[in-house]
Amino acid sequence: MRNIFLFIRRYFNFLFFLVLQIIALSFLIRYNKFHEAAFMGVANELTGRVSSKYSNVEYYFHLKKSNEALAVQNERLLNSLKSNFQDADTSLAVIRDSIAYDTLGHFRRYIWRQAVVVNNSVSLQNNYLTIHRGEKQGVSKDMGVVSPNGLVGTVVNTSENFSVVMSMLNRQSSVSAKLKKSGEIGKIQWDGVTPDYVTMINLPKSVKAIKGDSIVTSGYSLSFPPNILIGTILEVVDEKGSNFYTLKIKPATNFYSVEYVNIVDNLQKDEQKKLEEAAKKNQ
Amino acid sequence: MSKLLKNIIRFVLFILIQVFVLFQVKPLHQFIVPYLYFLYILWLPFNTPRLGLTLTGFVFGLCLDYFTKTPGLHAAACTMIAYLRPFLVNILIRQEGAEQNYRSPSITSMGLAPYATYVFILTFIHNGYLVFLEWLDFGTFLYFIGKVLATTGVSMALIFLCELLVFRKEKFRTNTA
Repeated sequence: MRNIFLFIRRYFNFLFFLVLQIIALSFLIRYNKFHEAAFMGVANELTGRVSSKYSNVEYYFHLKKSNEALAVQNERLLNSLKSNFQDADTSLAVIRDSIAYDTLGHFRRYIWRQAVVVNNSVSLQNNYLTIHRGEKQGVSKDMGVVSPNGLVGTVVNTSENFSVVMSMLNRQSSVSAKLKKSGEIGKIQWDGVTPDYVTMINLPKSVKAIKGDSIVTSGYSLSFPPNILIGTILEVVDEKGSNFYTLKIKPATNFYSVEYVNIVDNLQKDEQKKLEEAAKKNQ
Repeated sequence: MSKLLKNIIRFVLFILIQVFVLFQVKPLHQFIVPYLYFLYILWLPFNTPRLGLTLTGFVFGLCLDYFTKTPGLHAAACTMIAYLRPFLVNILIRQEGAEQNYRSPSITSMGLAPYATYVFILTFIHNGYLVFLEWLDFGTFLYFIGKVLATTGVSMALIFLCELLVFRKEKFRTNTA
């Protein structure tokens, strides 16, 4: 017994080092699996506050670009207003569905909330954004995040006033996508090489994919509504040994200067999830 | 200014510079990520107790980790170099008792060649370990080697620049003073 104590005292520095290493590595491994770690909620709140101070300054440098992006989005939304559609022949009325009268929310599936980006990285292998909106303001895990130009990522962690978003530029990110033209489903991933493009896999070679085609979200994802722009095809890589294309996609969102985002909440997500899990269990 | 206060300010500054300046640099290449923050650990005073040094490394790395949302990654690498630092200092110190005469490792206290070796070895270990942990998740061997060499090169250049820009007072301390 005495020898054990002597041993511990003698090699205390080394043992202390080992303990810290083990703590660090266990943080790392646990985080990669479940996207959460000890103190992450508190730390979010703290780093978020520092980041929002910084982004207040940086904000002015991107003002012009964000204004342009918001103006373009406004234009698109204005064009889809009901009042734009009028015909001289009054018997030929354009009827749009009754979403505006759905005050009780029986039919609403998606709800949108805006947020400001306070921290963002593009240079790492796993990139995350921090947004200034959290649990108190109705954000929870697995919600989709969309910028005025296109898809950004998914919420992975929330604290009271801030949320962490895993951007598309993350090794662990995987988004279900489809070719807008013909509707074939594939998967968007990032290979970590450059933030200028992401890759789309699992698209069968029977499809005609041309440079410049739009890629949008498919309806299969629980986090995103269908038909949100992800990007355009930059290059079609024809892999000889496979029946699938690998596409290089230029993201519609400019990750270098994303300032405002919208968080989309799927109100029927839990119901769908529950049903699907029950079906799996019954097998 | 007291030594403790100075080091606390440095702690905050190094993390802020790393997060808001160096991580914001538009990536030139997949391999190149400019790391400078760990210079804080290399600059800690000679007389820091070894236990404190290891713990400081851990806390320092973890602070950066909470900004990059990778808890444990930088902490592991920083703990490693903080633990190995005293061994290197013992080997590389120029003359007997220099660690008593000077406060912290620098060109004046250690001499250019030993200090450069000290910085290079710890930079290499830090980046190597960091990329190794990243590499366990994904990547090829070429990725590992390429990234370690590229990041070490960039870090060395940044540290050199930092040594030129930041003047650290290194007075020769005698027993009489």
